[in-house]
Amino acid sequence: MKFAVIVFPGSNCDEDACHAAKDVLGQQAEYIWHKETDLKGADAVILPGGFAHGDYLRTGAMARFSPVMRAVGAFADRGGPVLGICNGFQVLLEAGLLPGAMLRNRGLKFLCEQVHIRVEQTDTPFTAACRPGQVLRLPIAHGEGNYFAPPEVVEALERRRQVIFRYTSAEGAVTSPDNPNGSVAAIAGLCNETRNVVGLMPHPERACESILGSADGLVIFESAVQSIRAGALASA
Amino acid sequence: MRARVFVTLKPSVFDPQGRTIADALHSLGYGGVSDVRQGKYFELDLAATDAGEARALASEVAHKLLANPVIESYRIEID
Repeated sequence: MKFAVIVFPGSNCDEDACHAAKDVLGQQAEYIWHKETDLKGADAVILPGGFAHGDYLRTGAMARFSPVMRAVGAFADRGGPVLGICNGFQVLLEAGLLPGAMLRNRGLKFLCEQVHIRVEQTDTPFTAACRPGQVLRLPIAHGEGNYFAPPEVVEALERRRQVIFRYTSAEGAVTSPDNPNGSVAAIAGLCNETRNVVGLMPHPERACESILGSADGLVIFESAVQSIRAGALASA
Repeated sequence: MRARVFVTLKPSVFDPQGRTIADALHSLGYGGVSDVRQGKYFELDLAATDAGEARALASEVAHKLLANPVIESYRIEID
């Protein structure tokens, strides 16, 4: 299968995502510059981490005006799998492809550390190969990862099972100290109503080989491969 | 005409930067400052010649881009 990795000015995890897909998983992956308007036949799209457009105005706010985002939106509307990682998640929020917004971290500090997240739902293209309740150890690196949505939106997300990842302890328990940034309901990642667009703050692409301290992130990419093979999803 | 747009986090959204600034002011002895909300300020130069038209345009761009309506509210002054 083929991943498209979108490259905005200021993206800095694009090479990690490409490496995970290509070198670790043996799939095809292609960079797509943000000014392009075509996804070149990709089966799945990754919006990588970084600081797209310098995080001007708000994190992710300018990226939605990049020409490629029109193609990403159309791909998502057709049911194509889209994964936003960290800044990519922030872009999806600002572009309205996922609900809610990001605030500064509760403690105001940029956090760069290992966290644990629990897989809440496995019926998305990026968690299909996970076990329900599986705990993944992944790094975070963000200053604005404090997920916020109004109470009625959070309630709707829970009701529709759109909360895909939650910050937990290593044992999978939701506790306040294990929520690094103050996200409401310990939300680390979520999906849209049609479940094909997923965003998360931790970096699975930085944790795909044991030499990097954890290979727990690989299952996210394996899930995409498994889902595409199952043939239920549209391609670009 | 000129529009001044002030964007701040909604009252229902915790502003950790504002709180930290308030705490700093208290440590400087300014106990009379009960709370601080931090925000952003924009000046828009507009071709409009009518204040109503200018306000409508400023409101539209504030809603669409300058503020994120999920977490922020805005106030506009025209002169």
